[in-house]
Amino acid sequence: MKFAVLVFPGSNCDIDMYHAIKDELGEEVEYVWHDATDLSEFDGVLIPGGFSYGDYLRCGAMANQSNVMAEVKKFAQAGKPVLGVCNGFQILTEAGLLPGALLRNKNLKFMCRTVGLKVTNNDTLFTNQYEAGEVINIPIAHGEGNYFCDDKTLAELKANNQIVFTYSGENPNGSLEDIAGIINERGNVLGMMPHPERAVDALLGSNDGLKVFKSIVKMWRESHVS
Amino acid sequence: MSASLEPTKEQIKEQKLYAGMGMSDEEFAMVENILGRLPNWTETGLFSVMWSEHCSYKNSKPVLRKFPTKGPQVLQGPGEGAGIVDIGDEQAVVFKMESHNHPSAIEPYQGAATGVGGIIRDVFSMGARPIAMLNSLRFGELQSKRGKYLFEEVVAGIAGYGNCIGIPTVGGEIQFDPCYEGNPLVNAMCVGLIDHKDIQRGIAAGVGNTVMYVGAKTGRDGIHGATFASEELSEASEEKRPAVQVGDPFMEKLLLEACLEVVKSDALVGIQDMGAAGLTSSSAEMASKAGSGVEMNLDLVPQRETGMTAYEMMLSESQERMLLVVKKGREDEIKAIFDKYGLDAVAIGRVTDDKMLRLVHKGEVVAEVPADALAEDAPVYNKPSKEPAYFAEFQAIENSEPEVADYKETLLNLLQAPTVASKEWVYDQYDYQVRTNTIVAPGSDAAVLRVRGTNKGLAMTTDCNSRYIFLDPEMGGKIAVAEAARNIVASGGRPLAITDCLNFGNPEKPEIFWQIEKSADGISAACTALNAPVIGGNVSLYNERSGEAVYPTPTIGMVGLVEDLAHVTTQQVKAAGDIVYLVGETATEFGGSELQKLIFGKIFGKAPHIDLEVEANRQEAILAAIREGLLQSAHDVSEGGVAVALAEKTFGAQDLGVHVTLEGSAVTALFSETQSRFIVTVKEEKAAAFERLIPEAKKIGIVTDDALISINGDTGILLEGTVEEFRSAWKGAIPCLVKSEA
Repeated sequence: MKFAVLVFPGSNCDIDMYHAIKDELGEEVEYVWHDATDLSEFDGVLIPGGFSYGDYLRCGAMANQSNVMAEVKKFAQAGKPVLGVCNGFQILTEAGLLPGALLRNKNLKFMCRTVGLKVTNNDTLFTNQYEAGEVINIPIAHGEGNYFCDDKTLAELKANNQIVFTYSGENPNGSLEDIAGIINERGNVLGMMPHPERAVDALLGSNDGLKVFKSIVKMWRESHVS
Repeated sequence: MSASLEPTKEQIKEQKLYAGMGMSDEEFAMVENILGRLPNWTETGLFSVMWSEHCSYKNSKPVLRKFPTKGPQVLQGPGEGAGIVDIGDEQAVVFKMESHNHPSAIEPYQGAATGVGGIIRDVFSMGARPIAMLNSLRFGELQSKRGKYLFEEVVAGIAGYGNCIGIPTVGGEIQFDPCYEGNPLVNAMCVGLIDHKDIQRGIAAGVGNTVMYVGAKTGRDGIHGATFASEELSEASEEKRPAVQVGDPFMEKLLLEACLEVVKSDALVGIQDMGAAGLTSSSAEMASKAGSGVEMNLDLVPQRETGMTAYEMMLSESQERMLLVVKKGREDEIKAIFDKYGLDAVAIGRVTDDKMLRLVHKGEVVAEVPADALAEDAPVYNKPSKEPAYFAEFQAIENSEPEVADYKETLLNLLQAPTVASKEWVYDQYDYQVRTNTIVAPGSDAAVLRVRGTNKGLAMTTDCNSRYIFLDPEMGGKIAVAEAARNIVASGGRPLAITDCLNFGNPEKPEIFWQIEKSADGISAACTALNAPVIGGNVSLYNERSGEAVYPTPTIGMVGLVEDLAHVTTQQVKAAGDIVYLVGETATEFGGSELQKLIFGKIFGKAPHIDLEVEANRQEAILAAIREGLLQSAHDVSEGGVAVALAEKTFGAQDLGVHVTLEGSAVTALFSETQSRFIVTVKEEKAAAFERLIPEAKKIGIVTDDALISINGDTGILLEGTVEEFRSAWKGAIPCLVKSEA
């Protein structure tokens, strides 16, 4: 399976995503610069964290205007897996590929810490390697991770089982219903604030995030072997 | 003002307008003598900023020369953007620390942010990939509104810049004392990694080669920042707010990535950051180092404001800019790399053979001065030095033990003292994990990062107990280096080298200069004893507010090499049943201690004594124990003594406690700050081997599974409580101070 790690000016978790795939997962991966106009050689797209275009405008708003995002939209429409982490999640909401928005943290400060995360839906392309309801430890590092959507959207998210991760224990940023990660209705686009790519090596404290990537590979293999 | 309104040469001299730029009568006369004529307004500006203390070290050079700067591991000592130390496998670590005190006192967010940005540029201008940031901060005791504002905004500024550019902020230290109330200290350190083959120098070599300007455009911000940094602060300093630059971490991220691509190109000859004194220092220093000259056409400088004069462009400290020297004819290759990142890369001049810095603006030569005169020929002052009266008074005071009524309450109070209390409120705001190499995050003795692709690690720390240095600058200087090394060793590393940031008051006061001299003596002695030479740093003088100097604060930034990641050790206890040892004798030493400050509200007496031979041997022994796999945890004993160190050892672990028995007088055993001590824990089955290796280690107790801290003395129980009650006091103190109403 071959992954694309998108790189916008100001992305800074691109290298972490790249090494998680290459060193820990052992799959093919390439960096793709923001002006790329073709993603056809890739089987999965990873949108990393960072501060795309400095995030001086609304987070992710500028990145959504880049060439590559038009391709990501086509890629998602084709049903292929797209994972956005942190700034990547913010970009996906700006692109309309996921509903809702990420507001400033409740305490108005950036926060970096490892949090408990509950896998509320393990029947997805991204979480099939986890147990239902399993609590995992994954780092967060963001200033704008406070998920918000209107009541109607929230009802839809619940009805379609689109809430994939919730904060377990303390809600660090004030997110609605403790939401940490959501999936689109079709099930091939996941956005999450916590960083699974930072939790792939026990040496650094946790490898609980590796199963997100393993889940993607497993589904891809199953659909491509049969 | 426009160029036509600038004062004439004669007016500058007659009305002593140079004095407003911080230049003395004698210095102006020297300039006149060097040029053989009167300098014009622009030239006066060039000299004033290059001869400021901040750029020339004219007051501190005689002291800096004392530092040991050599060693087999040192690839680049002081004098370039940052020092470089070999770590084997054709790799090297690059690091430097720098102050941004005055800007942070006036405009804390931007002052701190641009301090971070500046030191990062120093590291990547050497060709290195920045991998970690640390900082060392000093504030008042968080009692005033202004004090809290400075603290919150400095932390936010460091976080804002470091998080955005994507370099983890992995460690540091913060101390609080009333002497920093009006003049906080903000020292930022950057650590980078480089392959030997990629090492760059800031030189303008090769006559005819092209001088290129890259990065952000030049504006009117930060004009005379270096001069401002070389004056005392006062109420009037608020007016200097325009001398504080504004940072753009996104721009710097682009500049960083572009420069790291450029350094791989053999079209590049030299590269230097436009830091303090901007275009002036970078051009003059690059020419001077290469023994060449530089001619620049200022019309070509990318500008973000209209009508800028030569004076303004040369003295601007706009951020996120670099000066490159590129092989003639290969400018387009360089330009293509910067184009990819949307950055300006403009040929603005050329290297000449006449050793002059020549500036052309609107078709006229507006400045023509010898590059060496700017970069090398600043006067050097041997300032008078005088032992302050307080020193003899303090030395005459015999060491004695303060009276303590309730040991438990005292420990709780010490844990809540902001200098001792948990800094989680601070580092929670720093992304300390990005780039996924951080093995030991903030909160242990030193941070440890892996070197990706190897089994090696880098341990790093900043340290300086300025109370000790105030009481006894030489002893305190030794302790600062020794404590940094202790933190590296306790984490499993061997010290490689240090960078320092010498923060002092006004050097024109002989008592202040004496502090500078003596602490430099102490630092030098400890660097020699612990085999950690000085590879670079920065001097920040005039740290005074309305005539009151800060404590002498020569901050030490140290990096050590962890040869095998299996050696990485943290301070927290690991398992019940492990044996707790205290390594090192305890004496009655309370001068400058947390306990003294707590009880008396002030510090006095002698600083703790340190014997560098004992220190070096003990560090060797602890490192040997770690390398033989004998230690479960290791922690140095510092502020607050053994009681605080023991408590800190339990705060990271779940449901573990410690039960220990201490010998001797209780107050001394619990709270004395005698140097060269460690507390370690050892698995029972390894106890015999450990005791053979370090016979002087004293078994004081065990790690328990009851989550209690219980300390006994000769006469029975001294204090006991749950880990949770001590931890919540320690963790809650800073958030509580920040939130409380002033």
